[in-house]
Amino acid sequence: MDRLNKILKKQITATFIAIFFGFLVATVILAVAGYNPFEAFAVLFKGIFSRPKYMANVIIKATPIILTGVSVAFAFKVGLFNIGAEGQFIIGTVAAAMAGILLDLPAVLQFPLLILIGMAAGALYGAIIGFLKAKYGIHEVITGIMLNWIAFYFCNYIVNTHTFHQDNSTGSKNIREAGFDIIYNWKKSAGGKSFLKENPTLMEIIGKTDLNIGIIFAIAAAIIITIVLNKTTKGFQLRAVGFNKDAAEFAGINIKKNMIHAMLIAGALSGLAGALMVTGISHKLSTLGTFENYGFNGLSISLIATNSPIGCIFAGLLFAGLLYGGGSIQSEIGAPSEIINIMIGTIVFFVALSRFIPVLVDKYGRRGGKHVK
Amino acid sequence: MRLTLVSCVTVFLAKSCFILYVKQEEERVDQGKDCAVRMKGITKRFGHFTALQEVDLEVQKGTIHAILGENGAGKSTLMNVLYGLYQAEEGSIEVKGKRVNIKNPNVAIGLGIGMVHQHFMLVENFTVAQNIILGQEVTNRFGVISMAKAKEQIEEMVKKYGLHVDPDAKIEEISVGMQQRVEILKALYRGAEILILDEPTAVLTPQEIQELIHIMHNLTKDGKTIIIITHKLKEIKESADICTIIRRGRYIDSVKVSDVTEEELANKMVGHAVKLVIQKEKAEPKEVVFEINDLVVENERKLEAVKKLNLKVRKGEIVGIAGIDGNGQKELIEAITCLTKVKSGSIKMNHEEIQNTSPENVIRNKIATIHEDRQKRGLVLNFTVAENTILETYKKNEFSKKGFLNKEAVLKHTKQLIKEYDVRPEDCENQLVRGLSGGNQQKVIIGREIANEPDLLIAVQPTRGLDVGAIEYVHKMLVRERDKGKAVLLISLELDEVMNVADTIAVIYDGKIVQSFEQGTVDEQTIGLLMAGGNKNGQIK
Repeated sequence: MDRLNKILKKQITATFIAIFFGFLVATVILAVAGYNPFEAFAVLFKGIFSRPKYMANVIIKATPIILTGVSVAFAFKVGLFNIGAEGQFIIGTVAAAMAGILLDLPAVLQFPLLILIGMAAGALYGAIIGFLKAKYGIHEVITGIMLNWIAFYFCNYIVNTHTFHQDNSTGSKNIREAGFDIIYNWKKSAGGKSFLKENPTLMEIIGKTDLNIGIIFAIAAAIIITIVLNKTTKGFQLRAVGFNKDAAEFAGINIKKNMIHAMLIAGALSGLAGALMVTGISHKLSTLGTFENYGFNGLSISLIATNSPIGCIFAGLLFAGLLYGGGSIQSEIGAPSEIINIMIGTIVFFVALSRFIPVLVDKYGRRGGKHVK
Repeated sequence: MRLTLVSCVTVFLAKSCFILYVKQEEERVDQGKDCAVRMKGITKRFGHFTALQEVDLEVQKGTIHAILGENGAGKSTLMNVLYGLYQAEEGSIEVKGKRVNIKNPNVAIGLGIGMVHQHFMLVENFTVAQNIILGQEVTNRFGVISMAKAKEQIEEMVKKYGLHVDPDAKIEEISVGMQQRVEILKALYRGAEILILDEPTAVLTPQEIQELIHIMHNLTKDGKTIIIITHKLKEIKESADICTIIRRGRYIDSVKVSDVTEEELANKMVGHAVKLVIQKEKAEPKEVVFEINDLVVENERKLEAVKKLNLKVRKGEIVGIAGIDGNGQKELIEAITCLTKVKSGSIKMNHEEIQNTSPENVIRNKIATIHEDRQKRGLVLNFTVAENTILETYKKNEFSKKGFLNKEAVLKHTKQLIKEYDVRPEDCENQLVRGLSGGNQQKVIIGREIANEPDLLIAVQPTRGLDVGAIEYVHKMLVRERDKGKAVLLISLELDEVMNVADTIAVIYDGKIVQSFEQGTVDEQTIGLLMAGGNKNGQIK
């Protein structure tokens, strides 16, 4: 009984229960709508796992949202709600694309420079939020949302300026190839082409998809952030400010500086996601009709991962898998792919609810214990 | 003629008989109604903490009844029980002679009880009139709010009680004193007969206080009953009829205010609860390390709370500041720890001016502070014990290198500290400090602050909310630091504590140190009188 209670109290258990409930609700809805839920799930899993190419696509889709997820999770850990991740992501794409079109350097320099510029732009954009909060006490959700829209229209403005606009299109010019992802440039090279021809599996995974090195950045970012938070003095300061800024202030920690630093780091992560999007997948900017939700999805992912940066990797993969595999539900059995959104919504909902599970375990667990006595 | 005379006499007799009868009847009704509120044996617990233990309260109709007690004595809790915000575990409440069960504030309002909280609950960008009628709007027959009618009613109340406010002014544009009147009007508008005012003068200027007292008298003249929660003796003397004193959750006494002096009230409030005698040698003070000169600090309302205060602390002595809450102690501490700006004057530590710098600089200058609010200022509750012990020293080479924390060194240090200061449970270094009891939390703070090896240790209310064993321990630690040759500054609202622990007793009143004594050269009565604003000759200013 005690062991069961302990297991139930673990956050990871709660998350799995939430995922289970997500599937359960989807089952009910599919059944009510007249589809065979098990067939639908079979299709969903086939759409994710049946071919290496599909799995590669899931990873590609997961990369940006893992990073924005880590961005949000990090901000959460220091007591800030980074709803501005969307704007930081957009600014990251815009800065990387502008630099990619304007700069003309060898690939060894161009690619890392674009990544750095995207990160720096996102970092500064995030720092604005931190600065306004530290200096004037404006809530980060307000400034975050406003800055999202500013980034949105700034992107559309840049796309349509003479320097960047591609004639007869709704997007910008492509960035120079020197700025493309390392894997992309390798597979286009003579050596890469011949190597892939000999390895059909790799050909399918790399040659036929946009697979890029972004996922390495994402995983590295999650690990680095975990280390920074738990092992460094900076992380110690940031967490102290996040948990109790009055005590932190009294202990001589500069809370304003730390708020700005926290948003700077969170912004850099979202900006990195944006830069990787440009170098690895889109290679250009498009006129935005609506938000692309890379930042907002980061909020859901952080929630599912209960603000653990490492958890964000898995939550991001789950999220991307459901989204990508969900597409085949519609094409194969005709059920609307919105069912996937319902599932994701349900999972987030139950993860949020799961904070109550330890409380319930305490209440009923103890009651059960008394009976035994 | 005779007939008319006779009839006149009969009529007169009949009339007087009737009047007599009516009067008697009224008296009989009055006896029932005399007691506006009667609370009996009220006990309220929060978890293991007993906030109120069998407290009695009897408030007569048409009087101003003060409830006196130190911060945390339980006076607000008692009133929250009456207003239905808390439910008492034991005890009964009678309102106007009827036994009642006040489940929530709506029930209280229905019984004619109104409460004005210390922090006002007004809609900032609504007008005065809109705030007053909020939730009880006057409407015409189409359900549309009739502001004209509402204003008429408000104006009537304003005139009747002298509560001058402009019904069309917006809350954010009027003074705090005015906002308080709006709160009172709000309660009256809801038909309050019994008005509870929680620390009503805490936020007011002296002039506004006088106006409030005038208003309270107007209200009682009209038959309203007022209960006022306060720890300011002067105002009780000026306004209240009866005063009930509560100390540490227990009922102490109810007195007629005109029969007692402020000094007696102060003694009752501060109490001689547990006589804790501390074993210590006579102090051997050396040179002055800490010096405050002509310090002026403003409070949140830009009023001077510390007024040209002077203080010196020498090595090897404990200076205790005794005083009733609200006489500038809070502002003084915030100024010393650089949480607030100083208006003028200086604070010197080892001959270096530290005022208006940063908390970090204060710590660097070897001042360690045990804050009165340990959960807000002292600890990060969601940090482990180990993390809390390095909250101020994490940057030291001992605990971190090149920005990376040395977890092993931190744990080792914490284990030692846990052992030395007897923090329980024994192996709690990786537990969240939230899970520790209050006394053990305080031990973590004391251990941390003393480990900093300060030249000056400031302890503000260090024994608040602790049990007797823990209190004794804290006092012992303070004396031990003194014996090591450190300077100790103790600021406490409990007179016993200051009298027992301090070598030099300084009395603070109205933002100034009015007088200092060496321990043993003064009795509690004198101190109590000075705390209440009297002078040495026994007169209240």
